[in-house]
Amino acid sequence: MERKLPKKLNFVLTLLFILFVAFLLYLANEKLDEYVLRVVRLIAIYGVMAVSLNLINGITGIFSLGHAGFILVGAYTSALLTLSPEQKMMSFIIEPIVPWLANVHTDFLTATLAGGALSALFAFLIGWPILRLSGDYLAIASLGFAEVIRIFALNAISITNGPLGLKGIPEYSNIWWCYGWLFVTVIFVASLVNSSYGRALKAIREDRVAAEVMGINVFKHQLISFVVGAFFAGVSGALYAHWLTTIDPRVTTLGPMLTFYVLIMIVLGGLGSISGSLIGAALFAILFEWLRDLEEPFVLFGMRVPGIKGMRTLVISVIFILVMIFWQRGIMGREELTWNNIYRWLKRRGESG
Amino acid sequence: MTSPTLDLSRKPILILDQVTMQFGGLVAVDDFTAEIRQGELVGLIGPNGAGKTTVFNLITGIYHPTKGKIVFDGIDITPLKPHQITHLGIARTFQNIRLFSDMTVLENVLVAQHHKFTNPDADRILKINGKSAKRVANFWFWRSVLKVGYLKFEKEMVSKAKELIEKLGLSKFMHEKASALPYGDQRKLEIARALATDPKLLLLDEPAAGMNPKETEDLMRFVERIREEFDLTIFLIEHDMKVVMGICERIIVMDYGRIIAEGTPKEIQNNPKVIEAYLGREWEGV
Amino acid sequence: MTFFLQNFFNGIMLGGLYALIAVGYSMVYGILRLINFAHGDVMMMGVYFAYYSAVVFSLNPILSFTVAVLGAAALGFLIDRVAYKPLRKAPRISALITAIGVSFFLENLAVVIFGAIPKSFLDVFKDKSILEKTITVADARIPLLTFLVIIVTFAMFSVLFFVVYKTKIGMAMRAIAADIPTTSLMGVNVDNVIGFTFALGSALAAAGGIMWAMRFPNVHPYMGFVPGLKAFIAAVFGGIGSISGAVLGGILLGMIEIFLAAYFPSVMGYRDAFAFIILITVLLVKPSGLLGKKAIEKV
Repeated sequence: MERKLPKKLNFVLTLLFILFVAFLLYLANEKLDEYVLRVVRLIAIYGVMAVSLNLINGITGIFSLGHAGFILVGAYTSALLTLSPEQKMMSFIIEPIVPWLANVHTDFLTATLAGGALSALFAFLIGWPILRLSGDYLAIASLGFAEVIRIFALNAISITNGPLGLKGIPEYSNIWWCYGWLFVTVIFVASLVNSSYGRALKAIREDRVAAEVMGINVFKHQLISFVVGAFFAGVSGALYAHWLTTIDPRVTTLGPMLTFYVLIMIVLGGLGSISGSLIGAALFAILFEWLRDLEEPFVLFGMRVPGIKGMRTLVISVIFILVMIFWQRGIMGREELTWNNIYRWLKRRGESG
Repeated sequence: MTSPTLDLSRKPILILDQVTMQFGGLVAVDDFTAEIRQGELVGLIGPNGAGKTTVFNLITGIYHPTKGKIVFDGIDITPLKPHQITHLGIARTFQNIRLFSDMTVLENVLVAQHHKFTNPDADRILKINGKSAKRVANFWFWRSVLKVGYLKFEKEMVSKAKELIEKLGLSKFMHEKASALPYGDQRKLEIARALATDPKLLLLDEPAAGMNPKETEDLMRFVERIREEFDLTIFLIEHDMKVVMGICERIIVMDYGRIIAEGTPKEIQNNPKVIEAYLGREWEGV
Repeated sequence: MTFFLQNFFNGIMLGGLYALIAVGYSMVYGILRLINFAHGDVMMMGVYFAYYSAVVFSLNPILSFTVAVLGAAALGFLIDRVAYKPLRKAPRISALITAIGVSFFLENLAVVIFGAIPKSFLDVFKDKSILEKTITVADARIPLLTFLVIIVTFAMFSVLFFVVYKTKIGMAMRAIAADIPTTSLMGVNVDNVIGFTFALGSALAAAGGIMWAMRFPNVHPYMGFVPGLKAFIAAVFGGIGSISGAVLGGILLGMIEIFLAAYFPSVMGYRDAFAFIILITVLLVKPSGLLGKKAIEKV
């Protein structure tokens, strides 16, 4: 039997929850110190990254490793649009910036949307060839494309300022922008997943051939999912750039390392679960900050241990491998944290208890 | 090759014209020519590895023939992709059940209705009263994400799916994961899913595989029932001779990729070529 | 002509190095259908082993290289046992994700143990004159090192082909690549053979890495990433699963890279992008690679 809450109650509960979160965020914004607030904002940015990758990897089953490429496109596009012409002139010291970019200056929302749109366009172009591949080949090819994008960012000096990157990006990513976009991302992706299209995407993940025989144009559906995922990846890139305030095309900032971080979030949270992705993103951001202490000198059993650089990523990677070996479904598996599921779970507890 | 039992008053719905499929050096299907007529129930039999499933894969566009032509309902479907062929009205099941195992029974059936909304020929297939179906199909993605004029269709889809599931006697599993169903019911669900695509021609690949005699008996009645109820033409591969002889009006026998005989069950039973093919090798279900 | 010859030898050398690393990918993929993402990082660890045995433990270069190659072999074996073996029956994508995790782990382990600051591999040699010697071939001055690398690579491949085609364990490897269940029924300890394959591939990668580091002496924890990816591309190019394919793919990729960069110096910065474009093209046009067999998807 399927137990369901009345639709109205479900709606009211959701609305209350959103208001409650908004109130918490308001409190946080007022009371917390700048350092903690930065992490709170980062959680939302990671959330957008994770949910968008999860749509591609977890829900549609396209094992893409190209997310950092899309994030990079969003980050650079938006940053180039919000930097003032004077700043751009100042930072481009190796080669002057191309004239058509030198004088454009837009507000943050336009820049973010442009970042998402360009990212989506890239995904559309990349998707044509790579979505014809399967499984692990697709993984490598998408990683390769992300690398090509990064190499482009490194070499197209008159557009991207090359290895020097972009500095002095305004810190526009405040708590409302970050959580606002997270809200939009989650609503959009959840609505997609809970529709006729979403079922088709899941069917493709479950069995590609059977999905095709059910009349689903697998390529087209995968492309849609890929492009939507990339759009939000681009948006997250814009938020990230205006959170970092400095971006460059190194492996560790907007390179494959970032893809791995996002992959860790969604695997930890459960591939295929949106709420899992959010939990994974929050856990990752918090854990990563908390582990920062490992890299500072600390006292253990009265002994002074010097901080070791790289220790926190090492710990994260060990956790990641352990999760993969012993706990592949992650925190949420493919389940979602909805009122109905909570209600059913409580009901079952009540019956057995 | 026309057999005397062919009812010429019915028009042919599927024509395979000298279809050949080669994998490297292996000829899996060799010069296969056959006709399935509207409303018929035709069986395809033959020893293991005779190329029966390959014929189905060719009809549904999973493979494309090396030579020959396949015509369905007057349209040359040889170069079409599987989803396009489904749009035209061919549905199938798989020998080794391929359900969307992590999705519920209801979802499995709902998935099969999705294609009607993404089909360029939506006008013809979607019978939405009054409204231009094409307009619905064009913006189906945005409609379904933004939930604009979507919920009505979703409701319709759900009620249709539920009706179908009920008809096939799977209602008690409605919200169970497909993988949790007993084996026989998984086969039924696969048929339900195929029916939900609104086919004219249904291809069943060994529907009775792994069933006990009682279940097989039920299945035979079931196939006959859906044929009536959904006004279907059925083409089925089966190893179980009881099924084939019991319900098929006409039987095509394959061996080594070729058709070696064609006729009524009675004719087939007495055909020396068939007997030879059967005796020489191991046959299941005989 | 001189310019051509110089580039030709460079191409052969670079290609040989790609090939040495590619073989490890190819053998593992042939058996487990797993892209061992961590392979490039095993190579990196091998280079560090060599560096540390020579610089910190002051072994002579030859001895330190031997230690490094053996160390990498042990590491490869260990990775398979700890991380991949528990996932043999899991979906293939889980093993791939784990491999990414292992790669990430090794990089971070290297940061923690060896530090993130790049080291110069030239410190390994007390007498650096050997690195500067050149040989003149028809007016072209080719570094002696290039020849050494080509000869060592050739020798390594001879050993590899001997092991794979003339020994019992090699036969077991080929049998497993064809059919794991049947081979295990015949009394072969599949896990040991897979472990051996990892060890062998890792040893070759370490040897390739050490020679790589002599040519490009910048040793750092992420140095395995790009050569690893390119070697994988070489393996796909030649036909993954096939050893001769890996050799062919490696040499072709090396040649293409060197010659494109030599004759079109303006695109030098994009050199690393060529490989990916080749990869996509190969995968789309002939996914089975130059020497691979075509697989038919069973439905």
